[in-house]
Amino acid sequence: IGLRSQLKDSVPVAGFCPQGAYGVQDSLRSGFTSVKNDLIPSHPLELSEKNFQLNQDKMNFSTLRNIQGLHAPLKLQMEYRAARQIQRLPFLQSSNLALDTLRNSDECIGFEDILSDPAQSEVMGEPHMMVEYKLGLL
Amino acid sequence: MALSNSYETPAPGFNFDNAARNAALEGLFDGGQTPKPLKTGTTIAGVVFKDGVVLGADTRATSSEVVADKMCAKIHFISPNIYCCGAGTAADTEKTTDLLSSNLTIFSLNSGRNPRVVMAVNILQDMLYRYHGQIGANLILGGVDCTGNHLYTVGPYGSVNKVPYLSMGSGDLAALGILEDGFKADLELSLAKELVRAAIHAGIMSDLGSGSNIDICVITKQGVDYIRPYQESQYKHSRKTKYKYPAGTTPILTEKVVPLKLEVVQETVQQMETA
Repeated sequence: IGLRSQLKDSVPVAGFCPQGAYGVQDSLRSGFTSVKNDLIPSHPLELSEKNFQLNQDKMNFSTLRNIQGLHAPLKLQMEYRAARQIQRLPFLQSSNLALDTLRNSDECIGFEDILSDPAQSEVMGEPHMMVEYKLGLL
Repeated sequence: MALSNSYETPAPGFNFDNAARNAALEGLFDGGQTPKPLKTGTTIAGVVFKDGVVLGADTRATSSEVVADKMCAKIHFISPNIYCCGAGTAADTEKTTDLLSSNLTIFSLNSGRNPRVVMAVNILQDMLYRYHGQIGANLILGGVDCTGNHLYTVGPYGSVNKVPYLSMGSGDLAALGILEDGFKADLELSLAKELVRAAIHAGIMSDLGSGSNIDICVITKQGVDYIRPYQESQYKHSRKTKYKYPAGTTPILTEKVVPLKLEVVQETVQQMETA
């Protein structure tokens, strides 16, 4: 599994990583660069929303570690990683049922279930490119 | 349609792609002529009385200086024992209360119990704090549950206040004056309804953003009485004449008919199986 497709797991420092090869902006795909766009997101909520689930998990796991010791978050994270690997091909929408059950988000409705539902998106990505990006061949 | 410039499907939830474009557009319009969202510019009030909670609201929704909706419903259903009045941006209050109602329904289906008002307040507080006030919803939640009668207010940044009487919206100062003057602990039902009605009426008279009718919602252990409208505005007007014109009012000067020439290019017959 390619390294760049796993970058989205880490909290980015400046907010956005350039998408092209060698870390340089890919003008064909993402348009012209602008220092302001790269450093400051255009909306105050953009960064906090992008990393919201990540930050929540970090906070919960560190609290759990402080209360119950290292083994508790370790075991839970093992289950999360196993559940996160049950996915369909990159351009198809996976149900994430196991992950939702672990997170208890199958019993909650939030804005991410109503707005911009990927199952009903009007555009589709190109399958070949998405699989290549996922495998790190691109 | 396949987009060749995206590596991953867009994440669900809010999409901030247009934020930069909007900021640039606002500079172009010099003077803020961008379309304003529909605000409710409201007067909403709530009072805890002996047997439950009375919530009241006006019914006007404004879009800057124009009245956009004369009969909008500001008292939203959350669960059979909890109702919520919403002030602020109309869409935000609607969607937030809908989400809250869905979450509490799932909970009550799972556990078989009626939700408590504190649960609704906590869910709202978490949700609104997460968006740092960008969701403009000032809400008054009132309900009756196994622990008693409760009235809470939740601000757009996630602040929560538990009080026996309360008013929110642009007309809240006028309404609060009436409430401060007339509130006593353990009121009777009719007195409580009259107090809320007077408070909303003061808001309607003194505030441009509030108007039209008054809605009242009484929540008790026995059930809910949603009276819409409780008092109609005295400035209602009805249309004086019918505006439908009879056929032939407009004279026809000329008439020209051009038949479309169609030719049969291909004919296929498909047998339908009706067995």
